[in-house]
Amino acid sequence: MNSFFPSIVSRSQSSGLMNFFVPIISIVLTLITGSIIFVLLGFDPVYALYTFFISPISSTYGISELFVKATPLALIAIGLSYCFKNNIYNIGAEGQLTMGAIFGGGIGILFHDTNAFWLLPLMIFAGAIGGALWGLIPAILKTKFNTNEILTSLMLVYVALFILDYLVVGPWKDPFGYSFPKSRPFSESGRMPLLFDGFRVHFGLIITLFLIFVSWFIFSKTIFGFQLKVSGYSPKAARYAGFNQTTLVFFAFAICGAFAGIAGLAEVSGPIGLLYRDISPNYGFTAIIVAFLGRLHPIGIIFASLVIALTYLGAEDAQLFLQIPSAVGFIFQGLVLFYLLGAELLINYKLTYKKLL
Amino acid sequence: MSDTILNIENITKSFPRVIANKKVTFDIKKNAVHAILGENGAGKSTLVKILYGLLEPDEGNIKLNNKDFKVNSPAEARKQGIGMVFQHFSLFDSLSVKENLILGIDEKMSYSDLENKLENISSRYNLPLDLDAPITALSAGEKQRVEIVRILLQDPQILIMDEPTSVLTPQEVESLFVTLNALVKEGRTILYITHKLEEVISICDTVTIMRSGEIIDTSSTANQTAKTLATKMLGQKLDDLKTNYEHIKDEVNFEVKNISCDFNDPFLTDLKNISFQVRVGEIYGIAGVAGNGQSELMDILTGENINIKSGSITFDNKKIEKYGPQKRRDLSISFVPENRLGHSAVPELSLSENILLSQFPKNNFIKNGIILKNNVDDFANNVINEFKVITPGNDAKASSLSGGNLQKYVIGREISSKPKILIISHPTWGIDAGAEHSIRESLIELSQNGTSIIVISQDLDELIEITHKICVIYDGNLSKPFKTSEIEIEKLGLLMGGKNE
Repeated sequence: MNSFFPSIVSRSQSSGLMNFFVPIISIVLTLITGSIIFVLLGFDPVYALYTFFISPISSTYGISELFVKATPLALIAIGLSYCFKNNIYNIGAEGQLTMGAIFGGGIGILFHDTNAFWLLPLMIFAGAIGGALWGLIPAILKTKFNTNEILTSLMLVYVALFILDYLVVGPWKDPFGYSFPKSRPFSESGRMPLLFDGFRVHFGLIITLFLIFVSWFIFSKTIFGFQLKVSGYSPKAARYAGFNQTTLVFFAFAICGAFAGIAGLAEVSGPIGLLYRDISPNYGFTAIIVAFLGRLHPIGIIFASLVIALTYLGAEDAQLFLQIPSAVGFIFQGLVLFYLLGAELLINYKLTYKKLL
Repeated sequence: MSDTILNIENITKSFPRVIANKKVTFDIKKNAVHAILGENGAGKSTLVKILYGLLEPDEGNIKLNNKDFKVNSPAEARKQGIGMVFQHFSLFDSLSVKENLILGIDEKMSYSDLENKLENISSRYNLPLDLDAPITALSAGEKQRVEIVRILLQDPQILIMDEPTSVLTPQEVESLFVTLNALVKEGRTILYITHKLEEVISICDTVTIMRSGEIIDTSSTANQTAKTLATKMLGQKLDDLKTNYEHIKDEVNFEVKNISCDFNDPFLTDLKNISFQVRVGEIYGIAGVAGNGQSELMDILTGENINIKSGSITFDNKKIEKYGPQKRRDLSISFVPENRLGHSAVPELSLSENILLSQFPKNNFIKNGIILKNNVDDFANNVINEFKVITPGNDAKASSLSGGNLQKYVIGREISSKPKILIISHPTWGIDAGAEHSIRESLIELSQNGTSIIVISQDLDELIEITHKICVIYDGNLSKPFKTSEIEIEKLGLLMGGKNE
């Protein structure tokens, strides 16, 4: 007789091929589970999946919207991979995004009646600084006081959100806004240029692709990328090699914060055009899934950001055409992460059923 | 045959990529000490783990007292009368001896029963114990005694000892042998796993020799010498290594002066006023039983720990005690810590990438922060060829190499940068005899070319074979050095046990 509960045994060698297939397997399993959920809700699963995953991108406008959503996800995810490669669990990208929007958006509000070529670059720069500074707080706490960055970075998300809340109902409230909790709109030169007339996809996409390329170069060709990797795999080996781990923690947080800050600024100066309460549908958190689905690799992250962006669009369409709550989108994101982590475990470990006597 | 207690027939066990036991067959006689002799990786541990229920054989049978014997867990094995003392102790450091003993026994027993039994065992088998002492306060020999007593509480017929003397001083070994003899006299059987030839001859009655998972021979130890056993164990003859003193210069180029370091941690050993001098071209050995401050000293010598209380380290007339590892490498000091996986090499990275862990100024691996991959690959290929590392190529992951090959690679990486001094901890720990020999050979050659070497090792034979001077570390104190060619083992043994007259 075999025991009911399996025990988890380490595999002596994990398959490289399976490593590559993990993201694909988890997406397939997500789709299967999703159809079961749709059936239970009483929908035709084929029609529901079509509405969710095909119809949103069956028009040019839909594809443009896909890129609009994927841009911040990819940018934050590539920033997060600096931290995750170093085994630092920065969960606070949402807060760093918010701070970037506040700093960059603040410049936009200050110069709301100025039209000059330097305004947008200044806003982007301020956004990066805001995000980086917010990211450095958990870095300082971690290196000086040995606090757990998962907790501090997460708590700082809510601090940042409340600061934004305070600003848009308080000092930065639009004087002509009928007391709505929003700021003045930015001037035209404080907005991200649109790439194509009639579509919302904006210059932020170019910035994102550029930063992904730069990050690929850093990860694969520079000693800094190597140091991040070694210190993530084995802090002891990094100490043996003489890499300064405090500096690495600071850099990882600052770069991640800056990227998230630029993503936040790109949102408010791109599609939105002003500051208000809900500038991000949890991009900072969802990007964690994107980073892992893309296996912390720049190319992987590009594809993963498109897949996850689709769940945002699909949720909207599903709400519109099937009257399914848009939270289904989050369910899909959760399922992807669940299967991803599960598959990851099974790559490195196997389940065995011990014989009972 | 009534005097056989255990028949092992055709046991085969394979793991991914290796067959650890190939049709292993032999008998063990009752009331004797039976040795299993073999190098690291010969399959000894796999075999005893099968006997103790930790592994399941792929094929084959075992008979205990002529009855089929099959167990799935150590608890079952103990119930059937087989006990085992592991090489690495499994004791709770923060608990007392008594608490550890209570935790180790399978059936329920009251404290007073336990104490009666213990008294009996202690006096009968020469195993004195202080029941209330915390495990941390015990020496390695005392910890082993706790392990043995714990097993004896269950009254086993067969006692498996896995490399029992590897952490003991020569005096502690003597006392262990007295215990083993007492156990055999009582009618118990001891299965003695070792790679030390002298031990086999002095206390074992029968010896089974294993090589690459196969049984080479089972015979009485009566007519064997260390030489005949070694030839069977290794399957080939190795040249004797020779050290000579002529190339050593009088000039001291590495000096440690009065280093003290407090850790305020019960699991670390404070270092007390450590001083020594190494001359150009000299191999300087630091002996000692594990856990007497070796790794703490190593961290200070490499610069991984620069928080010392007092003292100084001078190299080439520079004070370097506050320098980190990279600054020391810039002065051409190189080091190899004890642990290969995750310390001197990263198992997840390729061999080429592992080169970058140790960069010397003249290596030319980095320009403006960008890795010059060609230079790194060339260096890696060079190390692989020159030190005969067996690997498919420089892009193989470090984890895919055997311990001996990876160690050759790591040491080769350091030697190839032609350091002025090499500081190395346990250079041949846990690797096969072939790799061991080639590493020792390259260390001797390096010293003859004018590099000073500091070797920290628990392996006394190794230190005697390759060093010019040996000192002993005990409880964070370093003894004065002795010239290796004139050394008395007896004296070293006393120092390792903390007895300094």
